[in-house]
Amino acid sequence: MPTIIFHSPDGSSHKVDARVGASAMETAVKVGVPGIVAECGGALSCATCHVFVDSAWIAATGIADEFEDEMLDDAETPRTPTSRLSCQIRVTDDLDGLELTIAPEQ
Amino acid sequence: MAQPHADVLIVGGGEAGLGVADELRALGFAGTITMAGEEPRLPYQRPPLSKGYLSGDSDDESLELRAPEYLREQGIDVWLGRRVASVDLTDQGGSAVFDDSTSVAFDRLVLATGAVARELPVPGAELAGVHSLRSVADAALIRDALRAGGPLVVIGGGFIGLEIAATARARGLSVTVVEAAGRLLERVCAEPLSDFCLRTHRAAGIDIRLDAAVVELVGTDVGAVSGVRLADGTLLPAEVVIVGVGAVPATGIAEKAGLECRRGIVVDPAGRTTHPRVVAAGDCTEQPHPHLEGELLAIESVNNAVEQSKAAAHTLLGLDPPARGVPWFWSDQGGMKIQIAGVSHGHDGYVVREEAERITVLYFRGGTLIAADVANNPRDFMAVKRAVAERRTVDRERAGDLTRSVKDLLREGA
Ligand SMILES: Cc1cc2nc3c(=O)[nH]c(=O)nc-3n(C[C@H](O)[C@H](O)[C@H](O)COP(=O)(O)OP(=O)(O)OC[C@H]3O[C@@H](n4cnc5c(N)ncnc54)[C@H](O)[C@@H]3O)c2cc1C
Ligand code: FES
Repeated sequence: MPTIIFHSPDGSSHKVDARVGASAMETAVKVGVPGIVAECGGALSCATCHVFVDSAWIAATGIADEFEDEMLDDAETPRTPTSRLSCQIRVTDDLDGLELTIAPEQ
Repeated sequence: MAQPHADVLIVGGGEAGLGVADELRALGFAGTITMAGEEPRLPYQRPPLSKGYLSGDSDDESLELRAPEYLREQGIDVWLGRRVASVDLTDQGGSAVFDDSTSVAFDRLVLATGAVARELPVPGAELAGVHSLRSVADAALIRDALRAGGPLVVIGGGFIGLEIAATARARGLSVTVVEAAGRLLERVCAEPLSDFCLRTHRAAGIDIRLDAAVVELVGTDVGAVSGVRLADGTLLPAEVVIVGVGAVPATGIAEKAGLECRRGIVVDPAGRTTHPRVVAAGDCTEQPHPHLEGELLAIESVNNAVEQSKAAAHTLLGLDPPARGVPWFWSDQGGMKIQIAGVSHGHDGYVVREEAERITVLYFRGGTLIAADVANNPRDFMAVKRAVAERRTVDRERAGDLTRSVKDLLREGA
C-alpha cells in the first residue's frame, strides 16, 4: 500500500496509507488530516483541496490540466507552479512516499 | 436498563449531521455525541449517486465521507439503521423515540434529516421499474436497472434528472427527458442557461420533451412499467422510469415536536430553531433569504449543508457563528459542468456571455453583481464567487463585452 505524507498548515505532518485508485484528497479527508476542506468531494468544482506538490514529485503526479488550471487561478491561497487540486491526483504504486503540502487557505 | 443519554443527539447521518459532529470536535467539545441515522451506512456523499456511481466511476468506498476509525477516534458514536420516530422536548433537552420504541435522552438536539424525493401524483407511479433517487440504495437499484438497457424515461428536467439522463446516455441508452415547464432547470436559472443545456443534451442524443405533462405510467400484466403517457396522448416506451421532480424537506419529527416549520424547518442564520435546545441544518431547513427581506429560502446543496452545520455547531456551544461564505453549487451532466456562485433568486436583470462551448450568466440586483451561473467556465465561476464574497461588482453595461474577461471587468469594478 503506497504511503502519502501530508504537511498540514498547522505544522503537523501525517503519514497516511493510501488505497490505489483513490485520490490524494480522499486519502487525507477520510482520516481527518487537517487543512483540506474538499467541499465538492472530489468533483473538481470547489478548489478547496489545494496542495503544493513537492518538486521532486511533480513529474510523477503530473501537472494540472486546463480545467483544473482555471480553478486554481482563483484559489484562496495563490497558486505556485506545483499547485494541484488533490482530488485530481490518483494514487498509484508509483506515488509511494509522495509529499504534499496543504495550502494554508482553502 | 437505564435510558442512554447523549450530550448532543444528531438525527440524520448525512453531510449536515456529520458536519455538526465534526465541527463540535474541532471547536473542542468534549461531551458525548450520538448520531442516529436511518440508513444502514456511515455518512456518505450523495452527489456522485446521479453521476459517477451510475457510470461505475465511483464505488461504495469512495462515497464514504469519513473512515470508521476516524469517527471512533473522534468519539462520534454512530447508530446506523435507527429511525427516530418522534422527539419530546423539555427546557433541559428531551428524548427521542425510535421506531422500535427504544429511546435516548439528550441535552441538545440537532435535526439534520435532509429531504425525501417528491412523489409523482399520477396512476402507475408504484409500478416496478419506476425509481426516484435520494439514497445509495436507490442508486444501486437504478444502476442495476440501467445495466439491463433502456429505454429510459426521466421525468423532470432539473439537476438530478438531467445528470441521470446524461450519465445513461453516455452509456449508450436511449433516453427521453420529459419536462412539464417550457424550459429545463426553470426554477433555478435564467433562460439562456436552460437553452444552452437543452442544446448540449440534444446534441448528445437525448430526446427532450418540454411543456409535456405526464398523465399516467403504463404497466405490463406483471406490474412492470412499460411506458409513460403524456397529456397529448403520446406514449413513450420505457423499461426504466426515473422520477426527478424535486425534494421535500423531512420535517415530520420537527412538526410533531412543535417547532416552526413552513416548507422546511425554519432556522435563523445561526441554525436556531424555535426551541432553544434544538438546532437544524441542511436540506431539512429553510433560512432567511440572503437578499430578499422577510423571505425564506431552502438551499439544497452540499455547500449549504456544510455551512449551516458549522453555524449550528457554534450555536450549540454558545459561540457566534462564523461569517457565511457565498452559497455555491455544481452539477455534472455528462461532459458539461454547471457551477453556480451566489443566489440569483431575486435578481432584477442578467447579462449573458456566451462562447462556443461555454456560457456565463451574470445576475444583478440594484446594479450589484449577486450571482453567476456558468457552464464549462470554471475561471468565471471562481472569479465571481470571490467577487461576490468581497462585494465587488462589474459595470452592468460592459458586462457582456466578450473582448474582456470577467476577471478584467471585475478588476475595474462598476
Ligand atoms: C442524487 C443527488 C445528487 C446531488 N448532487 C449534488 C451536486 O452535484 N451538488 C450539490 O451541491 N449538491 C448535490 N446534491 C444535494 C446534496 O447531496 C444535499 O444538499 C446534501 O446531501 C444535504 O445534506 P443533509 O445532511 O441535509 O441531508 P442528507 O444528505 O439527505 O442526509 C439526511 C439523512 O438523515 C436521515 N434521516 C432522515 N430522517 C431521519 C430520522 N427520522 N431518523 C434517522 N435518520 C433520518 C436520512 O436517511 C439521511 O441519511 C445532490 C443530492 C442528491 C440526492
Ligand atoms: S475536492 Fe473540490 S476541487 Fe477537489
